[in-house]
Amino acid sequence: MNTYTFFVTHRVEIFSTTLEHVELVLIAVVIAVAVATPLGIFIVQRPALRTVVLGVASVFQTIPSLALFGFLIPIPFIGGIGKRTAVVALVVYALLPILRNTYVGLTGIDAAVLEAATAMGMTPWQVMWRVRLPLALSVILAGIRTATVITIGVATIAAAIGAGGLGTFIFRGVAMVSDAVILAGAIPAALLALLADGLLALLERRLRVS
Amino acid sequence: MSSPSSAPINASIRFQAVTYRVDGTPTQATNSTGQSDGVRGAGVQGERAQGDSTQAVGGRTLVSDISLTVETGETVVLLGRSGSGKTTLLRLINRMLEPTSGEIFVEGRATTEWDAIKLRRGIGYVIQEAGLFPHFTVAENIALVPTLEKWEKPRIDARVQELLELVGLHSGDFARRYPRQLSGGQRQRVGVARALAADPQILLMDEPFGALDPVTRAELQREFGALAKRLAKTIVFVTHDLHEALLLATRIVLLEGGKIVAQGAPENFLQQKHPEVRAFASCLDTEDSVVRDGGEKA
Repeated sequence: MNTYTFFVTHRVEIFSTTLEHVELVLIAVVIAVAVATPLGIFIVQRPALRTVVLGVASVFQTIPSLALFGFLIPIPFIGGIGKRTAVVALVVYALLPILRNTYVGLTGIDAAVLEAATAMGMTPWQVMWRVRLPLALSVILAGIRTATVITIGVATIAAAIGAGGLGTFIFRGVAMVSDAVILAGAIPAALLALLADGLLALLERRLRVS
Repeated sequence: MSSPSSAPINASIRFQAVTYRVDGTPTQATNSTGQSDGVRGAGVQGERAQGDSTQAVGGRTLVSDISLTVETGETVVLLGRSGSGKTTLLRLINRMLEPTSGEIFVEGRATTEWDAIKLRRGIGYVIQEAGLFPHFTVAENIALVPTLEKWEKPRIDARVQELLELVGLHSGDFARRYPRQLSGGQRQRVGVARALAADPQILLMDEPFGALDPVTRAELQREFGALAKRLAKTIVFVTHDLHEALLLATRIVLLEGGKIVAQGAPENFLQQKHPEVRAFASCLDTEDSVVRDGGEKA
């Protein structure tokens, strides 16, 4: 079957699958941000934990994605077949870039600025909220951007454990040996990644200071 | 901070047999005393202690057995080479560091008995490169302490305007600019204005003009000298520049290896026989002779 005709005849299904994919990615990234950003702030204040936390996040990152989905299936509560397992796996992947950038952003601030902030009588809390975080925002956002792009890609594999999304077409296409069907998953996924990357880059530039 | 009564304001600083020592162990362990300013203070001071010390391993005494009184209204210049302990003394005053032994009394009260935050808000602080917040406008930078102290907005605005005039930045739209849009000299002026914002009786200045070009530096030194006379604050000023010390000080205190080796008024400081005084005096002579000889090589 011709790729173009496949896209036209299946446009409704492609569209709804894309939405499903976006939903998966959004949920995962939002959870990852909610976990990784506070954790990053925390390890800045507890340097002793830094190595452990970043180390664990790095190890997560090295697990092959298909294997991770597989590992999670038998785990009670978070595992099983379906969306929930997929989201857990995606969160695990998205953690490291956000965590690392949060840490780097918060610690990479001009020492003179921090010195002045403390010496002028800001509390540690005020230094964090009024100085460190605003100055680290663009770097943190860069981490979120990386995490989002990775998640859009990895989420295609989630179809292997029945979570839906654009991977559905890819796996089906591989089984059918049909380029058209594979592309029906791959092209929207690639476009999504480009779009997310562009939009977040734009936002990042806005937030950058100096 | 400012007492309205007729009683004389006590804005003195007294070091009583103060020694400050850093451990050789990792820098984050430097300050685990768990006082109110805990974590952040430890981080910043760790960085600085590291930058200052040439050998971190095995621990190092940065200042030892310092006894010194800075009277209300005096401008004391701490002079010395890099690593002589002058910045350490400064940071002990506003409790960025706590003494290993001995005590520092600010306004008659030991720094360890002060609430660190309250103490610091009552002391103006100016550093090299100004340390202005890049994400704040000039006005917001100057308004820092008043904002932290929750002044009302009209009062803050009026104060910012007053200070911009005081440091010569009232013309134009400086208030709305960001630090990156200013020259080095202008940034340093903002740094001075920020330190003065809540009208502290004590000012600490750590090589504030060190990073400026010579012409701008001379300009700011002159202006600041005049300003300091007018404001009558207690000022502790750190520098390695003898010229600057002679120009601004009511008393020069010379440090070497963490100890006070000489002190005196600018008029008779240079007559002292201590070798370190001679060393500083001799570089003054060299500079002068270069100027006399036309300074082609400079």
